Amino acid sequence: MRKTNGRPQYSMRQNLEGYSFIGLFVIGFLAFTVIPIGTSLVLSFTKYDILSPPQFVGLDNFVQMFTGDHQFWVSFGVTLFYVIVSVPLRLAFALAVAMLLQKTTKLTTFYRAAYYLPTIIGSSIAISVVWRQMFSADGLLNSIINKIFHTQINISWIGGEKTAIWTLIILAIWQYGSSMLIFLSGLKQIPKELYEAADIDGASKVRSFFRITLPMLTPVVFFNVIMQLIQGFMTFTQSYVITQGMPMDKTLFITVYVYRNSFTYYKMGYGCAIAWFLLIFMAVITALLFKSSRSWVFYQAEGGD
Amino acid sequence: MVRSKTNRVITKVVYHAVCLLLCVVMLYPLLWMVFSSFKETNAVFTTAADLLPEHWTLDNYINGWRGFLSTSFGVFFKNSLFVTVLATVGAVFSSVVIAFGFARLKFRGSKLWFACMMLTMMLPFQVLMVPQYLLYNKLGWVGTYLPLIVPFFFGQGFFIFLDVQFIQGIPRELDEAARIDGCSTWGLFLRVILPLVVPALVTSGVFSFIWRWEDFLAPLLYLNRVPSYTMAIALKMFSDPTAQSDWGAMFAMSTLSLVPAFIIFAMFQKYLVEGIATSGLKG
Repeated sequence: MRKTNGRPQYSMRQNLEGYSFIGLFVIGFLAFTVIPIGTSLVLSFTKYDILSPPQFVGLDNFVQMFTGDHQFWVSFGVTLFYVIVSVPLRLAFALAVAMLLQKTTKLTTFYRAAYYLPTIIGSSIAISVVWRQMFSADGLLNSIINKIFHTQINISWIGGEKTAIWTLIILAIWQYGSSMLIFLSGLKQIPKELYEAADIDGASKVRSFFRITLPMLTPVVFFNVIMQLIQGFMTFTQSYVITQGMPMDKTLFITVYVYRNSFTYYKMGYGCAIAWFLLIFMAVITALLFKSSRSWVFYQAEGGD
Repeated sequence: MVRSKTNRVITKVVYHAVCLLLCVVMLYPLLWMVFSSFKETNAVFTTAADLLPEHWTLDNYINGWRGFLSTSFGVFFKNSLFVTVLATVGAVFSSVVIAFGFARLKFRGSKLWFACMMLTMMLPFQVLMVPQYLLYNKLGWVGTYLPLIVPFFFGQGFFIFLDVQFIQGIPRELDEAARIDGCSTWGLFLRVILPLVVPALVTSGVFSFIWRWEDFLAPLLYLNRVPSYTMAIALKMFSDPTAQSDWGAMFAMSTLSLVPAFIIFAMFQKYLVEGIATSGLKG
């Protein structure tokens, strides 16, 4: 594929040199990403239990998934609910705290570290273990409520059909740290003159937030939304360790459902089919967001890429 | 606008009160975990509302350290350290080599591969879970540490991106000066660029260390013998409600598993903060 329409021609030496640096990436990308993705697509049209060779079954997996598998829809719905609730809440928190930290004091570094710490260790098993105990019947939350109000509450929040998912949502909100840091550096890049001008014009703080801060931050918001959506859909450990999908599959995330089908029931073909559905669904969402970004993301004329 | 001095003091006090309150909310679960680990095991839940232990004890650490199925937590700790260090070294150094290629060299296909690299950053691991397992199974790697280490020697998107951003900030005049002095491309990379990107390497190293240390899914998939377990998976097994009910020991081992991450965080939090800010913003 030699292109001559104005594109530069590279010498053999340039190409060899280039690939001597990025060759590792190319090999790794082909071996650990492209080939597995291809295999996954092929397997999604088969029945495969690892012991006997894969059996081609056409669209059966997808038909089963969409029409005959109630649990799939439950887990898809649970995941969707979790993402739709936790991502905006997390971002709202992140922005609020970032604005709080905009003011520089002697303690700013300490505050920033304290707010960021839960994010960096949040997906560890240790935190999952602690979370399970915090919201159990005799756990931290009930103990504190009982002590303050002299009550005798012993509800298991983790075990409740309505409450279980909320314990995971709270965990997600608790980890707003990365988004907060990204917002914080975004806030610092907004020119001070804009606020000064607004001040002179007598605009209130609320008004300058909606008229200056928020529009100037939209590129950062956009980036955060995309990254957090992907991360949200991919949440695994929390559902697998803290609630184990219980009660009644009310916290069964789709990633855990893929894992179970593939490695517990050994329905690997079916697991691949669900994974592909998820991949396409997320690609569509991301594409829609990119498309919509033209109407709400504000890019400065100068200083873009 | 002139504000009276008392007014300013009040604003300041309120500001710090809000910030400190938020600190307490954010850190309380962690503090509860740490202090509970020093409570007598039967007091963990009866005194859950009190943060500090009534009687301090190290019993939980002694009991927990014994582990399970005659494998102590010392073994799990060592396994985690082994995997984490190797994978981190691989990820950090392969990523910077690749990043130099993308940031400084012109060659055919560089734009395409860069786009592929960006794609891997957004591609969820879970989608590749089954076929990667099958691949490693075919290679005979399941049950060994290889799937937890080898893939990281081929660069990791997030770190490549971080390094590219960093290298692009280095003035090109340095390259030209080095070339005039007769440096080859690899010489330029090793002698001129590499020493200058050390801050980016530290950032990647710190992130990689914490991520690899906490990784749960890959060890869950690939490690199948208890003596080969890493901390994350051992802790999961140890804390399963069916396995045992020594809550104190569970809190003690949870605390212990976070110690390396805590230390790294305390030492390098400045690098983490800057890493998130640059790679995030310019994306």
